[in-house]
Amino acid sequence: MSDVILQMEHIDKSFDGKKILKDFNLEIGRNEFVTLLGPSGCGKSTILRIIGGFVNPDSGRVLFEGKDITHLPPEKRNVNTVFQKYSLFPHMNVAENIAFGLKLKKKSSAYIRDKIEYALKLVNLEGYESRDTTSLSGGQQQRVAIARAIVNEPQVLLLDEPLGALDLKLRHEMQRELIKIKKEVGITFLYVTHDQEEALMMSDRIIVMNKGIIQQAGNSKDIYDEPQNAFVADFIGESNIIDGIMVRDCLVSIQGVSFQCVDTGFGINKPVDVVIRPEDLEIVEKGKGYLDGQVISVIFKGAYYEIKVKVNDYEWMIQSVNPAPVGDIVGLTILPDNIQIMHKPVSDDEEVSRDE
Amino acid sequence: MKRFKDIISGIYIGFIGLILYAPILVLIVLSFNASRSRVTWGGFTFDWYIRLFSNQQILEALFTTLILAFASSAVSVLVGVPGALGIHAMNKKKYGIFMTLTNIPMLNADIVTGIALMLWFVHFIPLGFGSVLLAHITFNIPYVILSVMPRIQQMNLSVYEATRDLGAGPVYAFFKVLLPEMMPGIISGFFMAFTMSMDDFVITYFTKGAGVNTLSTMIYGEIRKGIKPEMYALSTIIFVAVSIILLCVNTLSEKHKNHIVEEKNL
Repeated sequence: MSDVILQMEHIDKSFDGKKILKDFNLEIGRNEFVTLLGPSGCGKSTILRIIGGFVNPDSGRVLFEGKDITHLPPEKRNVNTVFQKYSLFPHMNVAENIAFGLKLKKKSSAYIRDKIEYALKLVNLEGYESRDTTSLSGGQQQRVAIARAIVNEPQVLLLDEPLGALDLKLRHEMQRELIKIKKEVGITFLYVTHDQEEALMMSDRIIVMNKGIIQQAGNSKDIYDEPQNAFVADFIGESNIIDGIMVRDCLVSIQGVSFQCVDTGFGINKPVDVVIRPEDLEIVEKGKGYLDGQVISVIFKGAYYEIKVKVNDYEWMIQSVNPAPVGDIVGLTILPDNIQIMHKPVSDDEEVSRDE
Repeated sequence: MKRFKDIISGIYIGFIGLILYAPILVLIVLSFNASRSRVTWGGFTFDWYIRLFSNQQILEALFTTLILAFASSAVSVLVGVPGALGIHAMNKKKYGIFMTLTNIPMLNADIVTGIALMLWFVHFIPLGFGSVLLAHITFNIPYVILSVMPRIQQMNLSVYEATRDLGAGPVYAFFKVLLPEMMPGIISGFFMAFTMSMDDFVITYFTKGAGVNTLSTMIYGEIRKGIKPEMYALSTIIFVAVSIILLCVNTLSEKHKNHIVEEKNL
C-alpha cells in the first residue's frame, strides 16, 4: 500500500458516555475497495460518518492525501456518501437530483448534461432523466443515489450499507454492478456492511470490527480461511468453535481425541479455540472417523444438507451434499489443514459477541 | 336492525352537536336581531355590525388583538422552531425533561401564569402592550414547539446530510431542505399560536395594565356595563374568523397527510 489516500489516526469517539471507537487506526490506499464489516453497533458507520464530516471524533486525526481534514465541514471534503436510506431529494426528478452537486459547483449546463447522461448509463438507468424519484423502486433509487454521488468525482466514495433495504436477489445484482462501477470509475470505495457474504464477494480488503476495535484485516480469502479469533470465525460464515488443547506442534486434542493439524507455535498442552468450518467435516461410517456421534437433525438447505451430530455434549454442524439418517451413529473425519487453531481471547473485547 | 342502529347513532350525534353548537347559533342569530330583546325576533338587520365598525374603541381593541396575535405568533415561531430543533438533538433524558418543561405552561392554570407574569413584569417593565406581547409569546412558544416536533421527528435527516455531502453549506441546506420539511408544522403552529393569543383573556387581563385593551378584555369591561348587541356581532365575527383559520389549517395538514401516505404506498 504505497499510495495512501486516507488515514485515520488514534480516533476515539463516545456517544452519551458509551465508547464507540477506541484508538482506531486505518489506512486506505488509492483505488482500493475496502469493506468495514461487523455487527450493528460495532462503530463501522461512525467511521464513515467521521470521514464524511458528519461526526467529529473526540480525539485523533483524519488525513486526506496527507492533509488534516478532521474539522473540515462535509461540503469541503472530496468524498461523497451513498446513504442507506437513499436520501434523494423528493421534489426533484432524477436528473435534478444528479445535477444537484454540480449546480452548487457552478458547472456549465453542457457539462452537467454530459455528466448526467454518463452517470445514468453507468448505473443502467438510461432514459430516466425526467422520472420522479418517488416513482422508482428501491434498487433504482439507490442507483440514482450512486449516480448523484459519482458525478461529483469524489476521490473516495463512502457507502453506508447501501443495499441493506433491498431484497436478496436485487442485492446480488447490485453487488455485481457496484464492482463494475468501481472498475469503471476507478476511485476508492469504502463500504460498510454487516453482510459477510457481500463483504467477501466485493472487497479487496475486509476490516472485521467488533466493539470499536479491528478484529482482523485482510483479503476475503485470508479472513475466511484464517480467522484470527473466535469472533471473526463466528462472524464470517458458520463455524464449529470448540475448546481444544494443543498437545504439541501439529497435534491438537478435541473432546479427548487427538487430531493431526498443521498449526505450530502454540506451546505444549495449551488450551486453545479450534475452528472447523461445517463444509470441511465429512461423515463416514461409525468407527472410521476421529469422533463418533449421533445424528440429531438434518435440514435441507437447497445446495446442501445441514446435519447436526452430537458428540458427548457438543453438537457439530456439518454441511454435506448427502443426507444422513437421523438417529444413526456416524463417524466424523477432517483433513489436518482444515483445522484452524486460535489463541484463547485474552480480553473481553475479543470475546465473541453477536448480540444483534 | 342495521337501520335502527344508524338512526340511533344519528340521533345521538345530532344531540351532541346541538348541545355543542346551539348556544353559538343563538348568538349568531341574535347578532342579526333588530330587537334588543334576547327572546323575541324583531326582524333581520345588519345594524349591530354597522355600529360595531363605527365604534372607535372596539376597532382599536380589534387592531391591538390582531397585532398582538400576529407579533406574538411570529416571535414564537422564530424562538420555537430553533428551540424544537435543539430539543430534538438532545439525548433521551434531556429531551424528556425539556418536553415536560414545554408542556407545563400549557397545562398550568392561566390564572397562575397570569399573576406570575404580572408580578414578574412589574419589577422590570411598565405594564402595557409590551408586557402583554411578552406574556403571549411566553404561552405561545410551547404550541409552536409541540406542532413542529412531530415533523422534525419524521424528517429524514440524511437528506440534510446528503445536501451537505454534495457541497451545500449549512445555511443553504437548512433553507433548502430542513425548512420546507418543517413548513406544515410551522404553519399549523403559527395559527395555533395565533388563535391562542386571540382567545386569551386571563393572562392578558393581568399583564395589560391600564390603557391597553384586546377584544376579550374590552368585551369583559363592556359586559359589566350591560351587554350590548354589538357584542353579539363581534363574537360572531371572532367565531367565524377562528373557524376559517381552523378549517384552513386542517385541510392543509390533511392534504399533507395524504401526500405522505401516497409516498409511503409507492
